[in-house]
Amino acid sequence: MSLEHSLKNNGFLTTSLDFVTNWARANALWPMPMGLACCAIEMMAFAGPKYDASRFGSEVMRFSPRQSDVMIVAGWCTYKMSHAIRRIWDQMPDPKWCIAMGACASTGGMHRCYGVVQGVDNFLPVDVYVSGCPPRPDALLNALMQIQDKIKSEHSTTLDA
Amino acid sequence: MDRAAKKEAVVKAIKEKFGVAVRDVSEYTGDTKVLIALDSIHDVLLFLRDEHHFVYLTDLFGADRFTSEDRFEVIYNIVSLKTGVRLFVKTWCPEENPVVPTATDIWPGANWNEREVWDMFGIRFEGHPDHRRIYMPEDYQYHPMRKEFPLLGIPGSIDLPTTTPDTE
Ligand code: SF4
Repeated sequence: MSLEHSLKNNGFLTTSLDFVTNWARANALWPMPMGLACCAIEMMAFAGPKYDASRFGSEVMRFSPRQSDVMIVAGWCTYKMSHAIRRIWDQMPDPKWCIAMGACASTGGMHRCYGVVQGVDNFLPVDVYVSGCPPRPDALLNALMQIQDKIKSEHSTTLDA
Repeated sequence: MDRAAKKEAVVKAIKEKFGVAVRDVSEYTGDTKVLIALDSIHDVLLFLRDEHHFVYLTDLFGADRFTSEDRFEVIYNIVSLKTGVRLFVKTWCPEENPVVPTATDIWPGANWNEREVWDMFGIRFEGHPDHRRIYMPEDYQYHPMRKEFPLLGIPGSIDLPTTTPDTE
């Protein structure tokens, strides 16, 4: 009896495999820091020793999109910059998640003007919005934990038929 | 001679040399503003730099006065490094043909400021070596600091990136 056959008959192995991959993904969320404005300073504090994102396995800020899992858009985004952000986002390997950090990234915030995109969700699929101007690093940690919760409830393992 | 007296002397020298081209001299919160007719502005600036050592162009910016005549204004904020006098030299240009002679041959640092004024107000600078927009996309149609321009911009005038990735 082949392995696939045994998997088909028994859900136990796939659920356990889901659990293991989700556990691994949730605890090694490497951020792609998209620091665009003042919020980026709080994002640095989030990664620094006091708030210590490495408690959640997110200490490695990756400046290469190909090595990162979660994009933190920190700050207001202009129309000109949006093309660069989308290009970086498209280069990140699946699965990937996105945090819109702060009022500006979520809605445009106080930059209600012709040059600023009124919310990065106009061109990115955002998973978590963080309120605040700027949000405290705790709030960003909370966003990270929400993404972890989201990952842990996912069923990503499928069988090739 | 204190600085106020030195400033007065400079304004007097401009008036003597250029006469009716000096359309107005006003003072507000200690700053002196000299309004010069458009066809003499380049000569006045050159005169100030060469004869009175105004070698430092602190700032160059535009303004939309939103009047039916002589709508746009270009303001040169210059400092004499010999006497420490600061002057605001202004000139007006009409809405139909907003063209001002460039100051890049007087102060090379005017280059990017003039590009910004062109980008934001649509005032052209004759003789500018690199007359492109500086902030907005190069194919942008509008000049956003003009008063009639809507706060949130013209919808759809700047492209957002496509959100569907290329398929194989
Ligand atoms: S939300 Fe506030 S702190 Fe963050 S980028 Fe906008 S203005 Fe700056």
